[in-house]
Amino acid sequence: MKHLLSIDDVSKAQALSILDTAAELARVSDGPMKKLPTLRGRTIVNLFAEDSTRTRISFEAAAKRLSADVINFSAKGSSISKGESLKDTAQTLQAMGADAVIIRHGASGAAHRLAESRWMTGAVINAGDGTHEHPSQALLDAYTIRKHLAHGTDDLTGLHIAIVGDILHSRVARSNVLLLTKLGAKVTLVAPPTLLPVGVESWPVNISYDFDTVIEHVDAVMMLRIQQERMTELYFPNAREYSHYFGLNRDRLKMMKQTALVMHPGPMNRGLEITADSADSARSVIVEQVTNGVSVRMAILYMLLAGSQEIGVSS
Amino acid sequence: MTSEILIQGGQLSDGSRSDLLVRDGIIVEIAPGIESKIATVVNAQESIVLPGLVDLHTHLREPGKEDSETVQSGSRAGAKGGYVALSAMANTSPVADTAGVVEQVFRLGKETGLLDVFPIGAVTHNLEGTQLAEIGAMADSAAQVRVFSDDGHCVFDPLVMRRALEYVKKFDGVIAQHAQEPRLTLGSQMNEGAVSAQLGLKGWPAVAEEAIIARDILLADHVQSRLHICHVTTAGGVEIIRWAKARGIQVTAEVTPHHLLLTEELAKSYDPIYKVNPPLRTEKDVMALRQALAEGVIDIVATDHAPHPAETKECEWQEASFGMLGLETALSIVNQTMVLPGLLSWEQVADRMSYAPARIARYSNHGQKIAVGARAHLTVINPTQSFKVDRDLVASRSRNTPFHGIELPGVVTATLFNGQLSYQAVR
Repeated sequence: MKHLLSIDDVSKAQALSILDTAAELARVSDGPMKKLPTLRGRTIVNLFAEDSTRTRISFEAAAKRLSADVINFSAKGSSISKGESLKDTAQTLQAMGADAVIIRHGASGAAHRLAESRWMTGAVINAGDGTHEHPSQALLDAYTIRKHLAHGTDDLTGLHIAIVGDILHSRVARSNVLLLTKLGAKVTLVAPPTLLPVGVESWPVNISYDFDTVIEHVDAVMMLRIQQERMTELYFPNAREYSHYFGLNRDRLKMMKQTALVMHPGPMNRGLEITADSADSARSVIVEQVTNGVSVRMAILYMLLAGSQEIGVSS
Repeated sequence: MTSEILIQGGQLSDGSRSDLLVRDGIIVEIAPGIESKIATVVNAQESIVLPGLVDLHTHLREPGKEDSETVQSGSRAGAKGGYVALSAMANTSPVADTAGVVEQVFRLGKETGLLDVFPIGAVTHNLEGTQLAEIGAMADSAAQVRVFSDDGHCVFDPLVMRRALEYVKKFDGVIAQHAQEPRLTLGSQMNEGAVSAQLGLKGWPAVAEEAIIARDILLADHVQSRLHICHVTTAGGVEIIRWAKARGIQVTAEVTPHHLLLTEELAKSYDPIYKVNPPLRTEKDVMALRQALAEGVIDIVATDHAPHPAETKECEWQEASFGMLGLETALSIVNQTMVLPGLLSWEQVADRMSYAPARIARYSNHGQKIAVGARAHLTVINPTQSFKVDRDLVASRSRNTPFHGIELPGVVTATLFNGQLSYQAVR
């Protein structure tokens, strides 16, 4: 693997290898010496053309724990906000000798353009492109599910995951559908018909418009952030009606299986797609997702940049 | 001084093989074995001789966007593609919504002299869709405009469309509609379906085209006027037009070469060279468009030649401009998609690319059968040769061809405009 652009390009074996590597790296992170020398002398650029705090910090922490030099390049105050093109930005990064670029961008396909345009030669990691994909998020979600629920099996066979909310605009949903099904899980998308893409019939998932009939059967619910502007774009009448039909609340929480998990990629709209008591409940692994994110992103950087090198704990 | 051109050994679109002698802009003799001591000879031994091609949909970008194309560079591209007449769309800067602008474009075409440039007038002032442009003045101008279009924008308001259809009846004009329901296509990037769902690009649903086609057909019927549908792309649109024609409604339609050949699958590259409006559709749509063109439900091929500077394509998909070059590859693509599969004869190609567009636009000096006494607008194509499209070798000022690197069958070897060689391939 040279780049991580879409889960589509990741084989099942590669995905499992990333998850296994992440588990190994997590053990290191739990130890007294968190830092590994693996990527010493390598330069990684965080190119964030769209506001994002948690993903950028997560990648930054992951890169630093592998001893890479990290340059943060965010939209605000940078040449991007002055209208510099993606091409010019990429060529600048190339000229500065970036070994890898982690890109978050509002345009679907921006990471593909960077990787395939020959504007730069380094590895490209997609940290979220428009409404297309967010592969590292899916990998950390799969990691979290596997850690809690995949007892005895290597993959996610036999598990049933519901992804709930704005599927149409969600890069998290697209990457998760590809990855979770690749790992053997059954996936049900729960959303009002307006927030499912035309063409969703071709996805390897079940579709439901009724959260209540789904929730009692699933092993995890993945709640998606709903953006306020979707209301003015006529996707649903108002926040109250959305919460009523598609929000995770105390009553729905009670309907879930004993072992089932509550997940959210963040940032949450408490009171809209998820109530505070659901987000903070014992079933919630939302904070743990963030922790796991660092290990999984370390594993991604390791896979792409360290090649066959062994994971060596520094002495 | 008398000038003669002798086209030797070409096959006419009816299948017969003959020499053609052109003198002072007129075809003066059609016979085997013509001899002339003074004529410039065009060898057409392996070639087909067609009536000169007429494009009903060209963006020449002048005035205002001369970095991407000019009347002169667009004329060269047209002549290279076998065209003898282009119809310059109105979305220039300033917009061609007054007699002054259409006369300027018309005059630039005359000065270049490689083909006829017929300006299309805007339907509404500044393409804003609210107030009629000076349609009468443009019709009466030196440019004698007969085709009106807000192309790039849909004439969305049904009352404005109705009035425009009625108004052009005064001089037998036609409204060429860019059929795109604007509310259903807010921010749209590509065909809506399985591929857009996968790519996370905002969908442009077929119904947004079909709803406007249906509405305008009903309006054209009601006011008994002439409607032309630009760049039809959907199987559903074809069915509606078929229905209208069966009822005798005065509707004509065009398809672009790129919609005859390419599909939405190409968007998977996220390369905006494939970004075009209306978007590339599905294989099923492509097949329906070819069938419709074969049957004459779609009347003509029009290029929608849309030059854009490099920086508007070397970027993210959603930031990129819509549009592709078309003039220099159109005839070869029609050969590949229609002639070689047996869907059209060369005589029918002459109809779809010369007779019919000239008839729709009332270009009376064009689209005439090849005959003694006719004006010598001629296109010579060698269907036995092929060429590899190279964006660095185009005559257009822009390079945004989606066919770069593709081998296309059929090479335009010569174009005659008014009896003069406006283009001849280098041997």
